[in-house]
Amino acid sequence: MSESAISLNTELIKSSASALAAAIAHREISSREVTDAHLDRIEQVDEQVHAFLHVDAEGARAQADAVDAKVAAGDELPPLAGVPVGLKDVFTQRGIPTTAGSRILEGWRPPYDATVTTKLKGSGAVILGKTNMDEFAMGSSTEHSGYGPTRNPWDLDRIPGGSGGGSAAALAAFEAPLTVGTDTGGSIRQPASVTGTVGTKPTYGSVSRFGLIALASSLDQGGPCGRNVADTALLHQALAGHDERDSTSWAGEYPDVVAAAAKRDVKGMKIGLVKELSGEGYQAGVSQRFDEAVKVLTDLGAEVVEVSCPHFDYALAAYYLILPSEASSNLARFDGMRFGLREGDDGNHTVEQVMGLTRDAGFGDEAKRRIILGTYALSSGYYDAYYGQAQKVRTLIAQDFAAAFDQVDVLVSPTAPTTAFKLGEKLDDPVAMYLNDVATIPVNLAGNCAMSLPIGLAPEDGLPVGLQIMAPSFADDRLYNVGGAVESALVDSWGHDLISEVPAL
Amino acid sequence: MTSETGNTLDVAAVARLAELARISLSDEELQRYSGQLDQILHSVDKVGEVAADDVVPMSHPQPLVNVTRPDVNKPCVDREEVLRQAPAVEDDRFRVPQILGEE
Amino acid sequence: MSNVDQKVPFTEAVEAFDPLLGFEVHVELSTKSKMFCACPTEFGAEPNTQVCPVCLGLPGSMPVVNQDAIESTIKIGLALNCKIAESSRFARKNYFYPDMPKDYQISQYDEPICYDGYLDVEVPLEDGTKKSVRVEIERVHMEEDTGKLTHAGGATGRIQGADYSIVDYNRAGVPLIEIVTKVVPDTGALAPEVGRAYVTQLRDLVRGLKVSDVRMEQGSLRCDANVSLMPAGTSEWGTRTETKNVNSFKSVEQAIRSEIERQAAVLQSGGKVVQETRHYQETSGTTTSGREKTDAEDYRYFPEPDLVPVEPSAEWIEELRAGLPEAPAKRVARLQEAWGLSDFDMQSVVNAGALDVVEETVAAGVDQAAARKWWLGELARRANEQGVEIDQVGVTPADVAGIVALIDEGKINDKLAREVIDGVASGEGTPAEVVEARGLGVVSDDGPLIEAIDQALADNPDVVEKLREGNMQPVGVIIGAVMKATRGQADAGRARELIIERLG
Repeated sequence: MSESAISLNTELIKSSASALAAAIAHREISSREVTDAHLDRIEQVDEQVHAFLHVDAEGARAQADAVDAKVAAGDELPPLAGVPVGLKDVFTQRGIPTTAGSRILEGWRPPYDATVTTKLKGSGAVILGKTNMDEFAMGSSTEHSGYGPTRNPWDLDRIPGGSGGGSAAALAAFEAPLTVGTDTGGSIRQPASVTGTVGTKPTYGSVSRFGLIALASSLDQGGPCGRNVADTALLHQALAGHDERDSTSWAGEYPDVVAAAAKRDVKGMKIGLVKELSGEGYQAGVSQRFDEAVKVLTDLGAEVVEVSCPHFDYALAAYYLILPSEASSNLARFDGMRFGLREGDDGNHTVEQVMGLTRDAGFGDEAKRRIILGTYALSSGYYDAYYGQAQKVRTLIAQDFAAAFDQVDVLVSPTAPTTAFKLGEKLDDPVAMYLNDVATIPVNLAGNCAMSLPIGLAPEDGLPVGLQIMAPSFADDRLYNVGGAVESALVDSWGHDLISEVPAL
Repeated sequence: MTSETGNTLDVAAVARLAELARISLSDEELQRYSGQLDQILHSVDKVGEVAADDVVPMSHPQPLVNVTRPDVNKPCVDREEVLRQAPAVEDDRFRVPQILGEE
Repeated sequence: MSNVDQKVPFTEAVEAFDPLLGFEVHVELSTKSKMFCACPTEFGAEPNTQVCPVCLGLPGSMPVVNQDAIESTIKIGLALNCKIAESSRFARKNYFYPDMPKDYQISQYDEPICYDGYLDVEVPLEDGTKKSVRVEIERVHMEEDTGKLTHAGGATGRIQGADYSIVDYNRAGVPLIEIVTKVVPDTGALAPEVGRAYVTQLRDLVRGLKVSDVRMEQGSLRCDANVSLMPAGTSEWGTRTETKNVNSFKSVEQAIRSEIERQAAVLQSGGKVVQETRHYQETSGTTTSGREKTDAEDYRYFPEPDLVPVEPSAEWIEELRAGLPEAPAKRVARLQEAWGLSDFDMQSVVNAGALDVVEETVAAGVDQAAARKWWLGELARRANEQGVEIDQVGVTPADVAGIVALIDEGKINDKLAREVIDGVASGEGTPAEVVEARGLGVVSDDGPLIEAIDQALADNPDVVEKLREGNMQPVGVIIGAVMKATRGQADAGRARELIIERLG
């Protein structure tokens, strides 16, 4: 490879999705070149990062060529035409291995596309492959992947967050300009926070769950991940929309998030600091960067007030009952009968035993722990005290949000209490691991929307810190308006974007 | 450790739940999970502290009702494509191990 | 297998104990598509050809409720005098079984769509009268059917001793309605007949709504009968058993009778009835022990998070109520009076499943006696032979009206009518077209008839002699010979007139 080709490729992989889409549409570069540059990058760095579980080079090139043919023919192009994306391995893609990070699904090739996959294809995106994740999206570090952890490009000894560590790390390692994640308790936002990238959990019902391998059906929501707010908005708009195959899909109006990302105007807006999501348990550098970001908002003309959401203190407890309960049922179908792994079918074991052996061999520790806990919370005699009670807490949290949004336009908090921790540090202490999600979980319980975007590096460890912005249901546009404003002010003050500080791999 | 509600997840309880959840846990797993689960149970027990009787449980984030589809047929999936993914197949059907139990 | 159960003679059993009954009836709806996906529901397709990611429970798939299934369920609820819930929800029933793709069944638990209804059942008594018994309905709810297991290897083809099983998921996800009664008390010695009458009349009611085939032999109507005994004169409810595999109306009656006799024997010998599932054995007419119901069976019901509540509007319910057909019992009473039939004759029509077709034939202008004669005779015989319902023999009420008209006009006789039915049933057209095409008309042109009469008279001089003496009794011999010569196409009435004429 010549030197100019290398610099061209470096430029390509560091480009924003919006710039790539424009360059492809204006025939300045072909989608094939863009795609090849990213496939080359994956080849070079993914052995270290392990952001991908499967790379579909052939399919990606074919899709790129199809876009290039459209460009050549002068056809009208969809918004993400030719732009490479990574797809979290929790979405089905017909004929492409889909594992949800679990050994129990090793080798499974779904016979159908998830609606998100269909929408990506329809928007002209080039799907590079499937990104790594904690098994069935259970985790905050990607260490619970059945195929080995993903590493954080800022420090390969640290976790990239989870469950969507693969999607976030792929962005920070410049393996893809956009990736799709899912967020059940923070699985888009917390990885974004610890990798210095952007991620949004859209309002529940905005992005179809059809073809999303369910963890907790009433909490799961697919969403966009990018390296900047505008790119993330582009992908958000491409993914959102009503789907008749998902009964919980929203059939009403959707806000224009792309326009909102360009608006960047917070003058006169009221912004609430959530009292319960600060202070004790938050790393000093995280609190410091958060306070600075709040100052940025004030400087931009927003009015900042403190609000209290008293029931957020119960969110983690409610979440760790609702999630395992729904998961215990959703994961029942992985029984070795119709697809995936089957263990112990030697003619000497009954079907009950084969199911038990398959599930013991195929599921990892975290999946098994949560299935057991959920089975307990739903079982006769305990339902009311656990699942029933947790659903009431959910109502109280939604009421807290409603009361807060009566006073303010958006709420803000740090996305995660700490920066990226070391691999292995919390692996055997599930409760400590769960505390990572303390700030992100309330939104999942109430169903509204939130974004995380980078606001600097913590002085003590030089690792990225994220700001969480929360808005009411179907006011996702506010996230992009506020996020865009903060991002633009910070980038101006730094003189560059934060992601350019990520160490070379 | 006993949780605030007095409920515990000892080895016997975990074993019973594992059976209900169809996971053949090893003795080592039973021991390990039992300790961890008991700790988790303790940390989630506080849901019992709030939420009075008059609070309506929330099972769906959005208040949707009556979502249905018309009674029409759409193409099915290709049988071969599905059976190819199955661990065992016979006579175009999914083959499963011996079922003990009732007739 | 357990030993043969001891039994107490039925009359003795019901003197010592009051039976308490309960029924769980499953009805497969005849919607075009499944409960939660767009796959077809037709019976008998090639295995695993009517499946998709949803009904196979593949990872990522999601259910969407069939609008017609909800409508059909509400209709059944209304016909059973139920209240329709303002808000109703689906719930997951969690248990592992290889015929259930998701290892949970989407059903309804604490918020069924219909509740608190009743069906007034007419129980036929031995003396020919009827007794009305009100069976209270606890709930009617929606759920999905399972796949079909076939047991392979081993000697018996049954689950016990089978080496493995194979699964066809075509039936998985077909809409299933479960109708659950409250406890039916005070049936005494009539308990078996009440059971049979309830299931039969429930079948008639659902069939009248045209929402299901309700055929027990194909499994689109399935009945589980719960029986427990209470010592006479007390109010201590006994332990109940649930008998499955009851595949005909007669079996419902026999299963209840057998279970009463068995439980009475257990109790009288000082034993305890075990709470269990039992299986009805068609060949012996008894029940055998199945699975013991234990505490380990914990279905962990919770609201189905993939579906939203069903909240039918009052307007919609009233619209459905207005469209309901007349209640079967009312209709039978009305038609019985209009046709002037005895209870026995009316019951024959009902039992033959011929109410619709006879009514339609009468509506087409045919006398009720003629309509009944053809439907309960020739056509019922054919249905029986072919093992189909009476409305599926390939002959419509309009066809029967056409045939009766041809007979009345003297164009054909009863014997020829059977040939016409053959033609109509094999798709040769209307009765008139069949008569035309097959050349079946009764011979009414006197020429060939006179020829045949003359020949017959000449062949039977002794008969002629008697006739001439005024003894008309042997005229049948001549008519018989004439019919034979004309291959049955002669009009017997006309032949008789001509014989008298020829004899002078």
